Amino acid sequence: MTRLVMMLVLLLASLWLSLMAGAVWYGPSTVGHALLSASPTDVQGLVIRTTRVPRTLVALVAGACLAVAGGVMQTLTRNPLASPGLLGVNAGALFVMVMLVSLWPGAGVSLWYGGAFAGAALAALLVWAVAMRGQASGGPLKLVLAGAAITALFTSFSQAMLVIDQQGLDTVLFWLAGSVAGRPLAEVTPLMGVALVALFACRPLARSMNVLAAGEAIARGVGVGVARLQLLMVVLVILLAGSSVAMAGNIAFVGLIVPHIARRLLPVDHRIWLAGCALMGATLLLLADVIGRTVILPREIPIGVMTALIGAPLFITLVRRQGGGHGRA
Amino acid sequence: MAERDLTRTPGFSRQWCREGSGRVGLALLVVVSVVLVSLSLGKVVLTPAALWAAWGAPSTPAGMIVTELRLPRIVLAALVGGALGLSGWLLQQVMRNPLASPDIIGVTSGASAAAVGYMALLGAGSGMQWLPVAAVAGAIATALGIYRLAWQGGVTPIRLVLMGIGASATLGALTMLALVLSPLTTTLSAYVWLTGSVYGAHWGTVRTLAGCCALLLMVLVPLMRHVPLAPLNDALATGLGVRVQRLRAMVLALAATLAGVAIAWGGAFAFVGLVAPHLARLVCRRPGLSQGVLAVLIGSTLVMLADLLGRTLFLPLDLPAGIFVAAIGAPFFLGLLLREVR
Repeated sequence: MTRLVMMLVLLLASLWLSLMAGAVWYGPSTVGHALLSASPTDVQGLVIRTTRVPRTLVALVAGACLAVAGGVMQTLTRNPLASPGLLGVNAGALFVMVMLVSLWPGAGVSLWYGGAFAGAALAALLVWAVAMRGQASGGPLKLVLAGAAITALFTSFSQAMLVIDQQGLDTVLFWLAGSVAGRPLAEVTPLMGVALVALFACRPLARSMNVLAAGEAIARGVGVGVARLQLLMVVLVILLAGSSVAMAGNIAFVGLIVPHIARRLLPVDHRIWLAGCALMGATLLLLADVIGRTVILPREIPIGVMTALIGAPLFITLVRRQGGGHGRA
Repeated sequence: MAERDLTRTPGFSRQWCREGSGRVGLALLVVVSVVLVSLSLGKVVLTPAALWAAWGAPSTPAGMIVTELRLPRIVLAALVGGALGLSGWLLQQVMRNPLASPDIIGVTSGASAAAVGYMALLGAGSGMQWLPVAAVAGAIATALGIYRLAWQGGVTPIRLVLMGIGASATLGALTMLALVLSPLTTTLSAYVWLTGSVYGAHWGTVRTLAGCCALLLMVLVPLMRHVPLAPLNDALATGLGVRVQRLRAMVLALAATLAGVAIAWGGAFAFVGLVAPHLARLVCRRPGLSQGVLAVLIGSTLVMLADLLGRTLFLPLDLPAGIFVAAIGAPFFLGLLLREVR
């Protein structure tokens, strides 16, 4: 429990850092002043309230969503490598959104966001079908390979849409690379609502997830409705991944890496573990964003690129340590 | 047991599988007919008689269209598709995994990262003739890196694939970084390249690519005897006299180079390397030379057809062939995924 509190403190610190950092650094007192008193003549306060606060909130919620989605998927598929990025759920959400942006450019954001959820659902169902079939004989690695293939499929479709509709490229490049910048708060508020509801909905399910993690047969034996629980978990993953993609685009590896780090630091009780995932995911994304927007001024490194550059080496280390199953293909 | 024919002369001896050879012949017929159809269709439609006349007189306008515009493009598409198909087939054989392909194990993303980085550094203008060199170098470097990372006293196929996925993600991020940081015009041309296109092919590129492919095939020929044994398990293959680790390393290097060369001149076509070998396996079940040849021919047909659709379907637009490869390949691939991943 003390570790959870420490994570919370770390999160608050990076939250504050994210409000201070940028092309111009503001002191802690300026930030506090800007948040407390909203005077229209105060330029610094205006910058903080209209650009830094929205992107900080987006990074916060998207990071928590991705990490928790990864944790839920890892329990659901009983596969330590499962995550919305690696198994193609993010790519699916992205593709449907890109398609809608190029086919109905005037439709407005709410349709595009709906598309993100639909795409996440499509990809999740595909992965789920593969996972259900794979459980009998295939190793956990086959699921990852299938996920990589699903990702490749949706990514090449997104690329194709972009080549056909080159006007859309500028609008969409931001989602493709993953970014938390420049989203008006009013636009993302409904998404944040969905995300928060989904995040808190994990809490009442956590106890059953603990039992499910021990094995389906055991869970059934102690009276957990396994099919219903699994369905709910899939729905949660869709909501979490869909809203994070709609808010911040394609952000890789947060959903994979954070649950693993959390597993090292926290007891394997979903009530605590998933909370830790949320806190650490948010922290990771906030810090990645701070680095991304300060190192190569005046340009920015997209946050999705930052997380991939941090996360992919970790992924490789993870696979190397696991040994990767001898001769089992 | 399939029927066999024997060819025996003092210097050469080979068994031919009658079923395999017959199907290769059929596939060749398909390729030839696709070439003929592609030659006659386009903005200017030529009847067979006009096509024949144009072929005889290369200096007429119709002759120019056929010999200088359409034919190099078709041949380039065929070469790119064939090389990718063969690369995918080789990978699937030695990795023992039906989903292995140049896209999924990271060779394509290595070539892409190198090429897009090169475009971003130089701007999409001068020095573009060296772009293919950068792409090939990227593909080979990635393959070597993945092999090194997966090496833990020997390389198992699945670890190789997982390392490929990790490397793919990293390189994809770098590609995206280069795209975002470069000006929008470069980004657009980079996107067309990433999708895969044989637009604006001329005989010079075709000759270079054909030369590279011929060289690589010469390296492949002495290995070819052992490749069909690679799908067996390691112990059995070793017992049959295959040096498994060496074969795996050499075939991986060869497949990476082959894919790198094809991508360098044609762009990052997705799915050809994955789908063509599967179709080849459906047509001819017996692993061996004829299956490999079928993978080449089917890959060629796929890219030629995709390019034909891309340049005729939305006239006057000329869309990159890669889009249609994805459109043809994806539904097939989904079925495959649900059927084979068990």
